[in-house]
Order: sequence, then structure tokens, then C-alpha cells
Amino acid sequence: MSHTTDYIGKPTNRVDGPAKVAGTAKYAAEFSVPNLLYGYVVSSPIAKGKITKIDTAPVLALPGVQEVFTHENVPSLAFLDRSYKDDVAPGGSPFRPLHDAEIKYSMQPVALVVADTFELARYAASILHIEYQEEAHETELVKHIDEAFEPGRGKTGYKPPKSRGNFGKGWKQGVAHIEANYSHHAQHHNPMEMFATTVEWLGDKKLTVYDKTQGVFNSQQYISKIFGLSKDEARVISKYTGGGFGSGLRPQYQLFLAVMASLQLERSVRVSLTREQMFSFGHRPETLQHVAMATAEDGSLTGINHFAVAETSQFEDFTENVVGWTGTLYDCKNVELGYRLSKLDVFSPLDMRAPGAASGSIALEIAMDEMAYAAGLDPLEFRIRNYSDFDQAQNLPYSSKALRKCYTEGAAKFGWEKRTAEPGSMRDGKMLVGWGMGGGIWDASKMPAVVKASLDADGHLTVSSGTNDIGTGTYTIMTQIAAESMGLPIEAVTFVLGDTTLPESPLQGGSWTAASVGNSVVEACTKLGEALLKQAQKMDHPAFKDAKIADVQFANGQLRLRSDETQAVVLRDLVQASGEPKIEAENSTVLAKLEMLKPPKYSMHAHNAVFVEVKVDPDLMTVHVTRVVNAVAAGRIINPKTARSQVLGSVVWGISSALMEESVMDHRFGRYMNHNYAEYHVPVNADIHDIDVIFVSEEDDKVNPLGIKGLGEVGLLGVAAAVTNAIYHATGKRVRDLPVTIDKLL
Amino acid sequence: MSQVTQAPLGRPPVALAPTQPVSLNINGQAHTLQIAPWTTLLDALREYLDLTGTKKGCDHGQCGACTVLVDGKRVNSCLSLAVMHEDSHIQTIEGLGTEDKLSPLQQAFIDHDAFQCGYCTPGQICSAQGLINEGKAKTEAQVRELMSGNVCRCGAYSNILSAVMEVLNKEGLIIEDKGWSAGTTKPEMAPVEPPKK
Amino acid sequence: MNSFTFTQATAVAGAVQDKAAHDDAAYIGGGTNLIDLMKENVARPTHLIGLKKLGLDTIEATPDGGLRLGALATNADTAWHPEVEKRYPLLNQAILAGASPQLRNMATDGGNLMQRTRCYYFYDLATPCNKREPGSGCSAIGGYNRVCGILGTSDQCIATHPSDMCVALAALDTTVRVSGPNGERTIKFEDFHRLPGDHPERDNTLEPGELITGLDLPAKGFEKNFSYLKLRDRTSYAFALVSVAAALELEGTLIKDARLALGGVAHKPWRDKEAEAMLVGQPATADTFRRVAAKVLENAKGYGANTFKIELAKRAIVRALKQATEMNQVLDTNAFQNSNP
Repeated sequence: MSHTTDYIGKPTNRVDGPAKVAGTAKYAAEFSVPNLLYGYVVSSPIAKGKITKIDTAPVLALPGVQEVFTHENVPSLAFLDRSYKDDVAPGGSPFRPLHDAEIKYSMQPVALVVADTFELARYAASILHIEYQEEAHETELVKHIDEAFEPGRGKTGYKPPKSRGNFGKGWKQGVAHIEANYSHHAQHHNPMEMFATTVEWLGDKKLTVYDKTQGVFNSQQYISKIFGLSKDEARVISKYTGGGFGSGLRPQYQLFLAVMASLQLERSVRVSLTREQMFSFGHRPETLQHVAMATAEDGSLTGINHFAVAETSQFEDFTENVVGWTGTLYDCKNVELGYRLSKLDVFSPLDMRAPGAASGSIALEIAMDEMAYAAGLDPLEFRIRNYSDFDQAQNLPYSSKALRKCYTEGAAKFGWEKRTAEPGSMRDGKMLVGWGMGGGIWDASKMPAVVKASLDADGHLTVSSGTNDIGTGTYTIMTQIAAESMGLPIEAVTFVLGDTTLPESPLQGGSWTAASVGNSVVEACTKLGEALLKQAQKMDHPAFKDAKIADVQFANGQLRLRSDETQAVVLRDLVQASGEPKIEAENSTVLAKLEMLKPPKYSMHAHNAVFVEVKVDPDLMTVHVTRVVNAVAAGRIINPKTARSQVLGSVVWGISSALMEESVMDHRFGRYMNHNYAEYHVPVNADIHDIDVIFVSEEDDKVNPLGIKGLGEVGLLGVAAAVTNAIYHATGKRVRDLPVTIDKLL
Repeated sequence: MSQVTQAPLGRPPVALAPTQPVSLNINGQAHTLQIAPWTTLLDALREYLDLTGTKKGCDHGQCGACTVLVDGKRVNSCLSLAVMHEDSHIQTIEGLGTEDKLSPLQQAFIDHDAFQCGYCTPGQICSAQGLINEGKAKTEAQVRELMSGNVCRCGAYSNILSAVMEVLNKEGLIIEDKGWSAGTTKPEMAPVEPPKK
Repeated sequence: MNSFTFTQATAVAGAVQDKAAHDDAAYIGGGTNLIDLMKENVARPTHLIGLKKLGLDTIEATPDGGLRLGALATNADTAWHPEVEKRYPLLNQAILAGASPQLRNMATDGGNLMQRTRCYYFYDLATPCNKREPGSGCSAIGGYNRVCGILGTSDQCIATHPSDMCVALAALDTTVRVSGPNGERTIKFEDFHRLPGDHPERDNTLEPGELITGLDLPAKGFEKNFSYLKLRDRTSYAFALVSVAAALELEGTLIKDARLALGGVAHKPWRDKEAEAMLVGQPATADTFRRVAAKVLENAKGYGANTFKIELAKRAIVRALKQATEMNQVLDTNAFQNSNP
């Protein structure tokens, strides 16, 4: 099967663009269903203790209030912990909303008020009288480092980081040394769309659930197990998701509450969280890190020690790969890595864009900068001298690795060679100028995904899979891949996603959607091609009589012979002749699943190198990130336009992480205090200046047939460190506790 | 160990204010809603009129996703009561253009990929339309500043800037391009002073 | 949010009467702060009196050569008013440094004075706050007080007034016109907002039922030498950590008249007349400015997370006065003003 059209690699406009700019794209809270009730969540003011009294009577007396759900009247539900485990639940005992009187963390949902209107539910929630017996809570990580433990291995999928060689020996061999502590605080994903679920009650326990999620199947299996619903009874839909960044990987509690209320009241129910409540579940954990490094005379690393302690909840052991990347990114014989957790009275942390790697790269890449200075080397030169051509951590060759190109092309674009090393040595007028760099590494993963390709009698191709598009461009790139595969114009192809009635796809995370679903689209289209060829042969078309799939191509809406393009049949004629409304085919995931069981032959990763310019006012110490060049090696780029946007967004995230983003906990209350968009600062338009994105060419026929590595996370790596390094270069101040707010520079 | 009480005043339910007819002119169409005074303009649009193009991103005037045009001026509809707008002409994203007939700004947002998840987008576009109506932004730096009332968590700011600039340029509204803009700094600009020491 | 009734007032007298007729009534202008507070259950009025049909939204010359800002004029219309841009550019800059274009289109000039603090604890019903609930305690003291005050604080409250506009109004010697059950009166701007003392629940000196009807700017606008400098955690759409309104009248290199007010540091816009007096007659040099800055912050008190504001405020004062002297926009990274280096 071959094709002549050329959509892959082209900067196609988003196919879902018109719906998004016209306001017709519907998000979870926006589905209009008849006789809808509104639920409003009441959140705990304390971090630990017990509910001793709830007085629902005055609330229930309000005309229009339908019910107040609390732990006292929640129906009997699934008993076992495993029923509450979603696909990405960490080890431990999952949080059960309204399960009992116990308060495990501040802002825990304690009641759901359901009323005829949103306004009434909100008001009724505000007058619900609840009494608590407060107990002492522990939320301060730095006070609990000594109790930190190594997370359990095995069933949770957690793999401890692998050390190698002998760090102590390497440290002694070194002639230059650095050692320091690094830290960053908790961060909340805060996607623009607040979590919401609209449950449409279709009668007889049958529900259509519009959920804000990054994986409809994860939501479905979660509610199915808890509420004993069949797949048919619990259809979950998520056509548009207003940002995820990991927050939608696990079902959030509004899903549970909305479904419960709907089943109990036998009505359609919508539950939307408030912005404040967006701080009441998973977050990037506060992480404290320690890095020590040594280099030999020639600047080669003789030893690296990277140790991290992160917070988790009392009930689950959330783990992420913070330090493991350190063992891969640079060439070094002696690497010692450690990772510990400490349990606090907070909600379980949750994967947040480049989980683990974003945190680890802050420490590693600032340390690399410090080491470069200690070794008397330019930070770029230092990294090149320690370039890893072979994955020492996995003991595997790379399937491809174009990081060197990221270094050279990024540096050239940035003008790095004009940098003078001395901190404070570069000026623009009175402004201090700082140039810093960093980089990182992220897994190129692929998961089994089922895709269906269906051609109708009008010649329109519908390709579908229950994946998601949280803004990543899934709709668009899958349409491109399908159009290219079947030789159809983009307009003749529709990609459908976000519905549990579609073929099963993994949730959208880990930067794996493009590779997982993309390759499955090709497979499904190949299967469809075979079915179409068979139909042509059924029609006694003489040219195709003995043709194999390799002998034909799909172009211009036709099936034609490669050896003689004039021998062609129009695709829609094939469908019409079949007597069926459509011809369709699905790929099989058997091989993909077997592939996952085999030990890998290659180390498969995307890489980046980022160069940052800051300008710092020498008196007021205000910082502006004036230029960024981010060079990314991520295999084949299906759509440079949407791909660039992903990396632009990552850079904004990195700037945010470096300069402003922080969930501030008041440990006296065990409560995040800046729980709103006014005080949880993320960049606004005026903060963002020139950002250049470079995709270096990187062909990889080993990673997967399309050669895709994924882009959701890699662009973020090293950005925060590069900003911090640039600030050091501008000011001579080395800040190791992020974000670098103005008070840390005065 | 201490006792903590939520809604501690016991706040006796106040008598609920009755609903009343509220007439709104939205996108040139007259609507009469039967709502209580506590309904915000944003909730009136989304929950009572199914005009869900206007988004709720924070409900506190801190993100700009709910931006609509009231008598041509951009406002946060979450911080306004519907009942305060009986004499206003309200324009929402649905009134700026449709999927089949996009406004120049809407088209520019698509062409420049000025969004990812799309949730802040209607607010960004309404805000940009308000910016054009105001006629105060003449430079890139000014557009950045005057588009800063709209948070985009996906970080599409550079593309949003390009989209708005394209429309401003096409309409001849960029009169000059002066004023310091960090974004235009060339690497050659530094260093201008020799290294110290 | 409480349930409430709503009436649209059409005359000041009617509005004042309506207010008196209800126990828990509140005036609503733009609503940008009040509705926010109502959604947080911090404000719980049971009756709202809409003011937008009162008129009072004009900006007009006064007989003494000044300018009267109608209380219901929006912040945006005020900032962009030709007379304000020309004669009171300090006010223009201060307004444009605050909030966002959308909020400035809604927020009224009178409402700007009535803004309540952004202290985290004031906004969160789960924590004690003397301003919200007198006698419950101040959580900001000993807590996360990065946004809180360093001047004129009390052991009851260290909240700040969040306005930018008011800092300029304070510097410009504005007079507040109010109308109430006992008729009309004027309040000097410096007397309008209070320090917390033992009654942090009271932000200002308005009597019950009184309504702001206008703001009178005197003739002198310091349009030649001024600066509004705002320092914050991001470039735009954030409250001030420290802001400075500086206005000078220069005679050669000597300072003939001076105004200096700070935002983000106190329960009220912090105008320092002693510092102004120190400036008068002195050469407009960095030395002078540093001495004055030290004087302004002489009695400042840090509370931990906000202690950095003392040093930051000193540097900001020096810079603002320097910018006012030189009208120098070299370090300007902000589109419309030198408020944001």
C-alpha cells in the first residue's frame, strides 16, 4: 500500500479550530440536558480530624434543594479498595469521596448539595453547618525528611532508580566539585477549564457522562466498578478538554459525586468544581533534592549523586521518576541515585506535565551549570564533553539521538558563541543580561490503541478511537495521518475521539498519544485498504484480479495500480457496490501488546536543549525572559504547527515554574492559601517575548513505524533551570529554591 | 484538638429572592429570562441560554475566559449580574462569527494556531475584539499588555500576539512600531560593555 | 453567595434612602470586587442597589481649574480621558497599571476606593481574620504575609489596600465627595482610608449609608515630572508588591514641590508628607532620593514573608523619583508606562 498525497509533516491548521474559535466546541459542563440538577461541593476547612456533626435540615428546607449528600447518607457502594483504583492509581488505598467522617486533607469534599439551579446549590452549600474535631496535621516536608522511605516496588509499577559504579570513588577522582540542595514547591495543574461532569440520566441506570478527563475509559471503568454499572450503562464522553497537563489522568471527585447523585436522584446532574477546589486534589509534589558532582581535569564527569525526597499523601504512595534521568542524560561511570517519599496530610500528588523529569531537571541542570563554572567550562561545551552516545542506565543503544544537533542548531540560532562567561559581564544599556541553558530527556513511549477506519458510500473516511485531545492536536494529526494513508483530501476525513463507544485507546498522557494512536491509524487504514482491494476483486475488476496490497496505492480518492495508474477505481464506488453503507476495518493490538512484554532492544527517548536570555534590572531585580530558543529532537514531526505550539506552551510553563508558580501552604492550617488565579501566578501575555522552536531532523525507524517520539513533555525540560542559570549569569546570584521571586534576588 | 465549625453563624436561610423577568439583548437578539438577581451574566449565558461559547475559567475575574463585549467594551461576565444589563447590547463569541463565517480574528487565531485546548479562546478573541474597538494598542508591546487580562494555561501567548497583530495590521491600526519590546532584542545587542574584572 | 434583592437606583437621594431602608444593603457600581467577595461569602448583602443609572459618570472641569471624576465613571474611561492623559498622566499610569482591560472597563472610580484587601486570609473563610470577623485573630501575622503591609500595621491586622489608582489619587491631593443620610460632604483623600488599629473591619471613614459621588482633582497635576512604578510577581494583571507614585515640580535641578505615595505597603495608600517636605528645596539627585526613601521606611516593620518589601520599597522610591526627574523611559518594559521595570 502506498500513497501519493502528502499531509504528514505539513503545518495543517487544526481541524477542530473552527469549533474552538466559534465557541461551539462543547466541554464537560456545557452539554444541555433536560431537567438538569446542579451539585455544589462543600470542602473541609481543616486538614485533619473528624466530622462530628452535620446539620442538613435547614438546607433541605430551602425550596429547590433536592438533597444533601454526606458520608452519613451516601448509599452503600463497592467495598473493596480495588474498585476505587483507576488506571493510574499509585500504590495504596484510593481516596473515597464522602466515605466516612475522617478528614484526611484540607479542602477535602465533605458534602454535595444538589439543587434546581446552580445559584441555589451554591448558596445552600454556603449555609451547611458542619462541626469538626480537629487533630494535629503534618504538612511540612522539610520537617519529615528523616521519616522518608523508599517506595514499595512491584505491583505499583514503581522502579527504583538504578545506581552504577562507585560514586565515592568518582568523587575522589574529581578535581572540581559541586554539591548543593535544590527545591521547588507544590504546583497545581490549573487547566483553564475547571473540573466538571454532566451526567445525563437516560432512565433505568443508563447514563451518558460528559466528563473532563484525559481518558474516557479510565473514567468509565472507575464508575463502573464503584457503582456496578455495565459499560453500556456508563458511557463516558469527552470531545473537548480544556487543558489537562496530567490533572485529568485520574478521575476527579466531581465525577464520583455527579454519578452518585444522578443514580440516587434518578435525575441528570452537573457538578462543577470552583477554581479554589482546583487546589483540592493532585498536584506536582514539593520535592527536595541534593546533587553532588565531580569532574576530571578534562571536564568529564567522574561522579554524580542525585537524591530526592518528595511528599505524598497518607493514603497513597505517589511516585515519579525524578532522579532516573540523571543516569541517562550524561556520560558518567559513577552514578548514585536515590528517591524517597514522606507522608503528609495532603492529597496524593499527581502526574503534572513531564512528571518527575521537570522536577529532576531543575536540580540536575542547575547543578550542571554550577559544575561547568567550577570546572571552568562553558555550560554548552561542558554538556557536549559529557555527551552520552549509549544509554548507560539501561545498557542499551539509543534508537536515535539527535541531541547534539539540538545543541549546535540551538546555540547557533541563539548566538551562544557571543556569551561571555563572567556573571554580570553582559549588559543591554543598564539592564543586566544573562544567558543560560539547560536541556532534558523524556521517554518515547507507545501503548496499544485500537482504531477503526470506516469509508462510507460518499467516499468520506471516518477514523475513530477513544483517545483524547487536551489541546495537543490529536484531532488534527490523526486526520493528517489517515488522509495520507488513504489518499484522500483532509476534508474527506473525520477523526472521532473521546467516547467509550469507540475502540479502546489509552488515556492521553506520557507524550504517547501521537505514536500510539498514530501508528494504529496507519494499521487500521492498511486493513481498510485490504478490504477495499478485496471488494475491487469481488467486483471482477480485471486490473486488480491478482493484485496484492503492495501492488496498489490510494490516491485522489481512488484505488489504483501502482504499475499503471490509469487502472483505478473510485473508492466510494467500491462502497456503493458492496451493498453495505460502509466498509470498515480495525487494527489489532495483539502484536503491540506482545511487544510491550519483550525486553527493549533500544533506549528510546526525545531530547531537547534550551537557551534563555534574561534581562534583570540591577537595582530592582525584576527579571524578564526576553528570548528563548528551544531545540527539540523528537523524531518525526507530523504537524510542525501544532508541534511548535506544544513546545511554545512548554516554554511558558518553564518560565512559570522558574519565576512564579507555587502553591503556598500555610502549615498552621495545612492549607494552600493562594488558591485562586489572582495569586497562583502563571505568566500572562506581557510576560512572554521571543520564543524560537527548532525541531532538529531525527529519523528513527526503530522507535515505531511512523518514527514519532511525542512532544507533550520534552519541551518543558531544562527550561526552568535555564532561566535560573541565566539569572545567575546576569546577577551572580545562584538561587536554588524555585520559583525565583523578586525577594530572593534583592 | 479543637472544635472547628463551618458556616458557624448557623446563618439562618434568608428568604430567597423571587425570580423576575430580565430582558437581555444578546448578539442582536432579544431574550427574556425568568431569573433571580443572583444570576451572573456568565451563568445566564451558559446555563439559561445555552450560549456556552463564553467560558467559566475562574468565576472571579482572574482569568478572562468569560470575556464578552457589552456595548462594544470587553468585560468579565462572571463579575456582572445579568440584571445589571437590561439596557446593554451584549456580544458573545457566538455573535462575532460562526464556524461557516468566521470573523477576521477567529480566522487569524486558527491560522496562527493561537490556542491549544481552546478553553480560553473565545475570551481571548472577544478581548482582542475589544482591544481593536478601543484603538489604544499601537505596538506589539501594547498589544501584549492589553491582552494580559486573558490567561492561557496552554501558553499560546506568542501565537495570540501574532494573530491579533495580523488583524490590526490588516485593518491599518498599527500606526507605529516604536517603544521598547524585549522580544525584538537581537543577540548582537549584548554585550555592549566589556567583561568586568 | 447570599440571596439578595436588586433595585436599580435612578437618583442619589433614592439610593441613599433605599440603603437606609434595608439592614444589609450594599451599593453596587461595577461589581468587580463586591461580586467576587459575595461569591466567597465574605460579603453577604441581602439587598443590592445598582448605581449605574445615577449618571455621575462624567468627567468635567471644576471652577477652580481642577477635574471632577464622576464616581460612576469607569477606570478605563478615566484613564483614557484626554484631560486625564494630558494633565494627570500620573493617574493615567496608575489606573493602567491595575487589574486588566476588562476589569477597568467595569470598575468605577468610586468603587476603586471601596476595594477591599487581597490578604489571603481575608478571602478564606477557613482561617481567622479580624477584618472579616472582628476578634477572630489575624492569620497573616505569623502566616504567609508576602502580600501584606509593612507600614502603619497593627497587631490586629496587617492587610494592605490593593488599589493602584488610589495611590495616585492620594499623591494628587484628591477630595472625595460623598452623599449620605445627613446630606453631602467632602473628605480629604488622606482621611478617607483608615489604618487598621483596633478596628480593621473598617476600611474607611464613610458613615453608614454614605455614597461616593465624585472625586475632585485639584488643578495641579504634575504632568511634567511624575512616575508610577509598580513592582509585582508578573508583568501585568497582578497586585502590587510595592508601588510608588512620585510627582515633582522642578526648578532647574532643585525640587520645588513633591508628592510621594506608596501602594501595597499599608492599609491605606501611604502618602508621606514628611518625606515630601524633605524633598522640597533639595537637588533632585540619587542621594536626596535615598535619604528620603530611608525616611519613608524608617518605621517599617516586616512580618517575615513580607520583610523584603522594606528594601524593595526603598529602591522603588529612589527609582520612581529618578524616573520622575528624568522622565526617562530607558528601562521601560511596559507598554504604556514606566510602572514595570
